[in-house]
Amino acid sequence: MPYRVVVREGQRFTLGLLHTIDGTMLTNSQGEASGAPQAAGGTSEPQIDVHQDGAALTCRLSGPWNTRTVARVDARMRELEKRSDVSKFILALEEVTSLDTAGAWLMQRLMHALRKRGAEVEISGQSESAAILLGAVEEAAENGDEAKPARHGFWLYRILESIGRAMYEARDDIVYGAHILGATIGGAQMKLGRAHAVNPAAIVHQIDRMGVGAVPIIVLMSGIVGAIIAQQGAFQLRYFGAEIFVVDLVGILILRELGVLMTAIMIAGRSGSAITAEIGSMKMREEVDALTVIGLNPVGVLVFPRLVALMVAVPCLTIVANFAALGGAILIAWFYSGIPPEAFIDRLRESIDLSTIFAGLIKAPFMALIVGIIASVEGMKVGGSAESLGTHVTAAVVKAIFVVIVVDGFFAIFYAAIDF
Amino acid sequence: MSVVAQERAQMVGDSRNVVLSVREVTVGFGDTVVLDKLSLDVYRGEILGFVGASGAGKSVLLRTILGLIRKRSGTITLLGQDLDKANDRQRMLVDMRQGVLFQHGALFSALTVLENIQVPMREYLDLPRQLMDELAYLKIELVGLPRSAAQKYPSELSGGMIKRAALARALALDPDIVFLDEPTSGLDPIGAAEFDELVAKLRDTMGLTVYMVTHDLDSLLTACDRIAVLGEKRVLVEGTVEDMLACDDPWVKSYFRGKRARQIDRTARG
Repeated sequence: MPYRVVVREGQRFTLGLLHTIDGTMLTNSQGEASGAPQAAGGTSEPQIDVHQDGAALTCRLSGPWNTRTVARVDARMRELEKRSDVSKFILALEEVTSLDTAGAWLMQRLMHALRKRGAEVEISGQSESAAILLGAVEEAAENGDEAKPARHGFWLYRILESIGRAMYEARDDIVYGAHILGATIGGAQMKLGRAHAVNPAAIVHQIDRMGVGAVPIIVLMSGIVGAIIAQQGAFQLRYFGAEIFVVDLVGILILRELGVLMTAIMIAGRSGSAITAEIGSMKMREEVDALTVIGLNPVGVLVFPRLVALMVAVPCLTIVANFAALGGAILIAWFYSGIPPEAFIDRLRESIDLSTIFAGLIKAPFMALIVGIIASVEGMKVGGSAESLGTHVTAAVVKAIFVVIVVDGFFAIFYAAIDF
Repeated sequence: MSVVAQERAQMVGDSRNVVLSVREVTVGFGDTVVLDKLSLDVYRGEILGFVGASGAGKSVLLRTILGLIRKRSGTITLLGQDLDKANDRQRMLVDMRQGVLFQHGALFSALTVLENIQVPMREYLDLPRQLMDELAYLKIELVGLPRSAAQKYPSELSGGMIKRAALARALALDPDIVFLDEPTSGLDPIGAAEFDELVAKLRDTMGLTVYMVTHDLDSLLTACDRIAVLGEKRVLVEGTVEDMLACDDPWVKSYFRGKRARQIDRTARG
């Protein structure tokens, strides 16, 4: 049978079209009980022919009743279900050309609803295969009445509930973070005996990945930020004829605050997410449970090397970042403001001292600890699904960056208080 | 053959109506040839058990049929459509009529069982939401899962329930043919027997054709109508359990007549 189908770009295939192609292209479609309907010029739409005779209702069904077509008669069947004036109902299936579970479901749903209203239900003209299908679906129609899951309560309760959950989650995070911190300070202990089984190779490997691997991006980022600050500072200070003070500005700002802060943020994004993803996917595939059963402490094996590596790597990266940022500033000062590098370094020696450098550097191990602990806690919270892994990696990075900035603020307050 | 399948076969006027035909298919990776001019037919309404040694290429053949691996030569005709010549729409129409149960279920972990079953429905059909829920619940009941499982996530299900949920998703569109990749692996013997019964029952009710890759001798014996053995890069032998027992190939012999197969021997002769 020749057929021609024109489908315009972006147009959804209508169901009728699908079925026509279906019926002609493939020799026999699902559950056809009588001769090929398409070739015989039959309809490709399911039809309901309702015939009422007093309290007796006869439904003559025809056409294909399958998954692809039933959507169009669903509403009609539901209307029929609501009728209460029926005492005898006959379902005639002689002209049904194809039937699958979806079609059988619609029929059973209707028959079940009417039977419940006390109507007498009769099926006529069903083929053997239709009888098997209807029988298989019948049970489901009866169970379908069972109560649906309860709806959500009053909106205020839901808001309060979510606040409460968030509070408890925050508490759990802090407690679990403290556990990890304690376990780390206690060392990577085994369950039995051997108190400190630190694996130097694992730590060195992690330092290589999280420290050495991060050097290029840290250098690039810090250099650019140092250059931008120098340019902006020089531009503003030029009005006062005090362009040389850009050195003080850049030196103090970078060494005390920006070097360590940007390193911490970059590490939170780069290594924090990696830690969460690694631990999380191990958790997902029960590898963490396997470690526990073998007698290894997951915190000791997974978290400890990473935390130690971060504590070593972040201060080193901070120093690298400081140098890169100052380098960028020197370049800009030279080309943009005409301050030669010798003058810049001379001025820098006057404006900063060792305490300025340490004020920044002291913060680095704390930042490393924060990033590492938050990432590990989130990793350990990953559940069974890919979605939860994504959620927790995001949460780890966002929380780590947020806490890093907040803690940096606390350090600033603390330094001001002790006049450091 | 089931009643439904017989009815259909009579209609077509051919008792051996081919649903899937694999002709002279060669598949290889790099220098290694995994399948060499392999031919295989699957007939409407039958459950074909496909066995072979580990690494013989059972999964490769399955993935080739499903279009996940490219073949070097040969033709695969699925539901009357040569897959090489099919355009995107024809390919989609074939996709709608096949269901796949992957070895580990491959349920989407971020979706509930109900949503998993509705994925193919959403993709291909334009169903009202309520009807889609009802049909998904119907599929859940058909595969023998409790209704309460519908709202659970795959990580909360046991191994057997995952297989059943994955089967429900494979059946979402009432396919003509389902491919099962080791459906009973990882299930206890009782669970495996129940699963075999379920597959046979669904074949009878829905008129399915089943292509089942399996290692389970009990499944081969109780559920399968026909068995095909893969070895030496081709189908070594196909036929009933009796044909398998009569075969002289050493691998087939040790598989069907080994210690673990004594049960089959006894049943087949007795």
